Amino acid sequence: MKKFTVVAAMATALLGSTAIHAAELEVTHWWTSAGEAAAVAEFARVYEEQTGNTWVDSALSGSGTGANPVIISRIIGGDPMGATQMNTGRDAEELIQAGLMRDLTPIVEELGAQDFYVDPSLLEPCTYDGKIYCLPVNIHSWDWLWLSTAAYEEIGQPVPTTWDEYVASWPALEEAGILPFGLASGWPIAGIPGAMQAAIGGSDLVLAINRDKDAEAVRGEDFRRYAEAWDAVRQVVSSEMMLPNFADVGNQLLEGEAAGNIHGDWLQGDLQIAGGVPGEDYECLPALGMGDQISGGGDSFYFPVLPEGTDQEVLDAQADLARTLISQEAQLAFNLKKGSMPIRTDIDLSQANACMQKALELLDNGLLPSGDFALSSDTQQQLQDLNIEFLNDDSITVDTYIDRYASIIESAD
Amino acid sequence: MADLAVQQARKGRAAGGVSRFLHNTFVRNLSAKIAAAPMIATVLVVFIGCTIWTVWYSFTNSRLLPTGDFVGFQQYERLFATARWNVSVWNLVIYGAFSLVFTMVFGFLLAVLMDQKIRFENVFRTIMLYPFALSFIVTGLVWQWIMNPTLGLQGTMRNLGWTGFSFDWLNNPRMVLFALLIAGLWQGVGFVMVLMLAGLRGIDGEIWKAARVDGIPTWRTYLSIVLPMMRGVFVTAVVLVGSGIVRLYDLVVALTDGGPGIASEVPAKYVYNYMFGAGNIAQGLAASTMMLLTVVIIIIPWAYLEFGGRGRRS
Repeated sequence: MKKFTVVAAMATALLGSTAIHAAELEVTHWWTSAGEAAAVAEFARVYEEQTGNTWVDSALSGSGTGANPVIISRIIGGDPMGATQMNTGRDAEELIQAGLMRDLTPIVEELGAQDFYVDPSLLEPCTYDGKIYCLPVNIHSWDWLWLSTAAYEEIGQPVPTTWDEYVASWPALEEAGILPFGLASGWPIAGIPGAMQAAIGGSDLVLAINRDKDAEAVRGEDFRRYAEAWDAVRQVVSSEMMLPNFADVGNQLLEGEAAGNIHGDWLQGDLQIAGGVPGEDYECLPALGMGDQISGGGDSFYFPVLPEGTDQEVLDAQADLARTLISQEAQLAFNLKKGSMPIRTDIDLSQANACMQKALELLDNGLLPSGDFALSSDTQQQLQDLNIEFLNDDSITVDTYIDRYASIIESAD
Repeated sequence: MADLAVQQARKGRAAGGVSRFLHNTFVRNLSAKIAAAPMIATVLVVFIGCTIWTVWYSFTNSRLLPTGDFVGFQQYERLFATARWNVSVWNLVIYGAFSLVFTMVFGFLLAVLMDQKIRFENVFRTIMLYPFALSFIVTGLVWQWIMNPTLGLQGTMRNLGWTGFSFDWLNNPRMVLFALLIAGLWQGVGFVMVLMLAGLRGIDGEIWKAARVDGIPTWRTYLSIVLPMMRGVFVTAVVLVGSGIVRLYDLVVALTDGGPGIASEVPAKYVYNYMFGAGNIAQGLAASTMMLLTVVIIIIPWAYLEFGGRGRRS
């Protein structure tokens, strides 16, 4: 209770009041790394140019774990922002149930957005009782293996094209004093198991676990193959080499200090800002070079219901922002900077770099729903705790890991 | 005012049992009661009310919003089946025991040294107290640099040529608690020292003279005479240090973030993560109720000894 008040008070104190002046809209998000910040600035630019409204930027640090609580407590505490980024998924479900989110159905229907979204499954998690409450703005995907060209030049081997080749190169890398797997501590660890499950265990496994909550699938053969691969990763990482920030791992890759890393597509924004060129300085393998689908999900914008008595101009500005975010121009500008895929493909993507092109091909196979879609954040937190514990504690065997994973899935709701 | 109170008291006495009770409760010393009202309201609403609210909702299945149904001890069953929680509790017990003992011992020893009529006492006192002026977040960050294996002490020693030097406690699951302890002691000892010093200064000089006349060695005087006389200061220090231990959170977040793995997790961090990050209020409240219970179990016997029974006050 006390913490809650403190967080709420801090949020209020730090961020000031919501936009009450006409056509100033406060937008909260946690896109704070260099690449992400450059991308979100494109949204603000397009919005201000097209509508004449002012984008009041309230970036929050700490990503999903740090910023999300602040955003949620502000909305619950009656101090909503004009619009906010959140991860698509069940986080917002209760906020919608409580009537705290604006119904975007009229806007979506007016634009015909259901038709231009590249995969209808994207809007599904935004839909509640037949109404649409959020707009996904990109397809953000964890399933990327990033590889360092410099590291493989050093050991005189070609850059791997699949996960298996990558694993096979680890002994040579270690001999040359290169980290086989670069890793940042904290939340960046959380996305790796999901990406490996999809690539190594297969799409069916992911659907069985995340969507159907099938604990038997966890005890099955496919999951064991994944668990053993995860076990192999744990043998080559140690807590001494973990860096505090995922962007630092990007630098390790560019400098050839680390050979590879599984991280979401937003790492690419940082690689580009640091001067990396795909195909020359780094290579990317969507779905780890194994699967034929990538998981999609991630970033959506929600528009909280503003308190009564808010100026009509601000309400209109909210609607304007909703229209702008999924417009062709904003989609193109944003996603080129961020390195993620746009939610609509009826735009000219010839400027997209080699990595994005690879991902766009995989888009034709449909998207795999990510864990965020199907699992509550409570379950995700439990799985994250388990994965972090497993990664650092060699006394937990693969069998124990599978058992504990299964029991979390059994109790998932 | 006093006249009025006396008159009213007289009237009250005449009116008999119930009305006298009402009168005594609400009217007598009215100004004092009005003055105390905000405090009483705060205690009732904020402390007691919120505590009851916390305990009540820990028995529900509330998720992001406190709206759930009553589910009995389900949250507690899950809590104690969770490895991370059990590790957190043990960490707190170990950290707490070491921290309490070392803070007290070092605090007292430093105060005794400071009490030897040394030169520049003010300077030393200030230096020792300075860390206490820093928040735990700053303390954590400072020590994170010092104990970072490549950049900190270990790296420096190795660069100076002592290649075998090893100080990697932050990355060693078995030692990471002691890394926390070092940072915690660095921050907290100075404060306890100042408290103890005040206690030592409060001892009557005559006692020292008497002890010297009797030929009692100095260390013995400290241990057998001065120490028992400082009971009040000790109790204060233990309560302050103890409450600091139970709410240990910011130091962990800044120094280790619970790592490596879950080796330095603490209960308060579990509460925060599940209540806000994972949007599971009931689980977080169940955990905080357990923290409260721990404090109550420690405090009640102490309060009984201290204030109950013989009514002895120190």
